[in-house]
Amino acid sequence: MEEDSLKKDKLIIAKKKFDSRLIVGTGKYKSMSECAKAIKFSGSEIVTVAVRRVNISNKNKPLLMDYIDPKKITYLPNTAGCFNSKDALRTLRLAREIGGWKLVKLEVLGDKTNLFPDMIETLKTTEILANEGFRVMVYCNDDPLMAKRLENSGADAIMPLAAPIGSGLGILNKINIQIIRKQTKLPVIIDAGLGQASDATIAMELGCDGVLVNTAIAKAKKPFEMALAFKNAVVAGRQSYNSGRIAKTLMGSPSSPTEGII
Amino acid sequence: MKKIKIKVNGKVKAVLNNSKLSDLLKNLNIPLKKVAIELNQEIIDKKRTSNIKLKKDDKIEIVHFIGGG
Repeated sequence: MEEDSLKKDKLIIAKKKFDSRLIVGTGKYKSMSECAKAIKFSGSEIVTVAVRRVNISNKNKPLLMDYIDPKKITYLPNTAGCFNSKDALRTLRLAREIGGWKLVKLEVLGDKTNLFPDMIETLKTTEILANEGFRVMVYCNDDPLMAKRLENSGADAIMPLAAPIGSGLGILNKINIQIIRKQTKLPVIIDAGLGQASDATIAMELGCDGVLVNTAIAKAKKPFEMALAFKNAVVAGRQSYNSGRIAKTLMGSPSSPTEGII
Repeated sequence: MKKIKIKVNGKVKAVLNNSKLSDLLKNLNIPLKKVAIELNQEIIDKKRTSNIKLKKDDKIEIVHFIGGG
């Protein structure tokens, strides 16, 4: 039954099942309560978080965990701000120590202005983390060869960028994304660069398994509505992909019968 | 009692000589379940902080999760 297949269509990452295919970032919000509310509207079950120093001069500063319950929402610690393997490893080992987090998002950046990933460092780090028992979701370029090498290095999910982080440009290289999807058994999550809900639909229609969005929601004029828009867009795109689209033709084909025309 | 200087999250702090890491964490009101701790670049088992005596020039990092993409 078609209805059953809709319900069974789960996102599986590192053997864990998720109903939502939308992962959201928790950065750039005006407040933690705004962030928590946007997550609710997005329906996301996984959120990315950063590892940073505790503010020791303000003991009463609110903590993210007080707003977003890690028992209900899967925290995905990231390595944002790391520009080499050493820093990324240090960050994720600390993240694991906070509370046993093994599922992590690795991103090793190579350039401070375009924020493209340094794939040499990323590849090296993926292998080390996988050997240490981490389940690694890897932010990467939209390069099919690199994506394959990440898979061979023990990655649990491939996360190619749509466009530079925070740029809102949407998917720049659809063909590469499709090739990456076609050649890997791993989940492919579009990470970074989406600007509006329809970008997420396109990602899902290309066959991606999920999308990760932060800035497009957090910096929208109405973050809650945008979170909901992304939720719906991901569902629409997935359903569209699963439904098997019609072939493209050059000429038209009338929708109404041509017989019996008066 | 004599005081020694250590660094906590990049800031110089004076603590009593012979005080323990657990004393410092208590003093700073750190919720242990929500943080990870490094002493001189080595991760510390949070259950063993009362076994660690602070020494001059120790560098301590206390980190937690914040919003990020």
